Amino acid sequence: MNLQLSHASAALIFSICASVVFGITQREGTREMVRYGLYCFAWFVGGVLAAGWIMHFIKG
Amino acid sequence: MANEKNSTASPSQAGMLAIVAPLAAWLVPGLGHVIQRRFIRGGLIFASIAILFFCGIAMQGRVYGFNLGDLLQMLGFVGDSGNGLLYFLARALDWGAEPVFRATSDYGTKYVVCSGLLNVVAAVDAHHIAIGKKS
Repeated sequence: MNLQLSHASAALIFSICASVVFGITQREGTREMVRYGLYCFAWFVGGVLAAGWIMHFIKG
Repeated sequence: MANEKNSTASPSQAGMLAIVAPLAAWLVPGLGHVIQRRFIRGGLIFASIAILFFCGIAMQGRVYGFNLGDLLQMLGFVGDSGNGLLYFLARALDWGAEPVFRATSDYGTKYVVCSGLLNVVAAVDAHHIAIGKKS
């Protein structure tokens, strides 16, 4: 089996999985877990988008 | 603060759980939470780590063996070994690719390492639940 993911989809899958684990392990209470998971997910995706645009402008 | 779900256990059982839970969580992702009756958390942790691990393998990521060579390869082994039985399964069945030819292979290698590190975080969380530091 050879899975070929784009850069964006690879980053998205990683963001989802890591956010779920961070949310569960770093907070207490279901509501706080969900909020922290969404917070981490937003930072992961936001960081990818920001880094992508920075590299775009550096490349010119 | 005492953990309500573990409060019925005797001190010796609670002490045993503090050792068994992180060990189980390391061997099988999420099992440390499941044996403490956190089924949803355990299931989500298992799904997240298994998806990362198997996507990494499917992307021809590298699975590091024990080595005393390059520092990054040694750290790669440390990260990979956090996957517990999944790691030993991958080594036994010779999963993963040795050389990294494509960008997706490199992503796969990082996926496998990160799934192992996330599993260690989950194992520590299972330990904290067992000792009553977290509910």
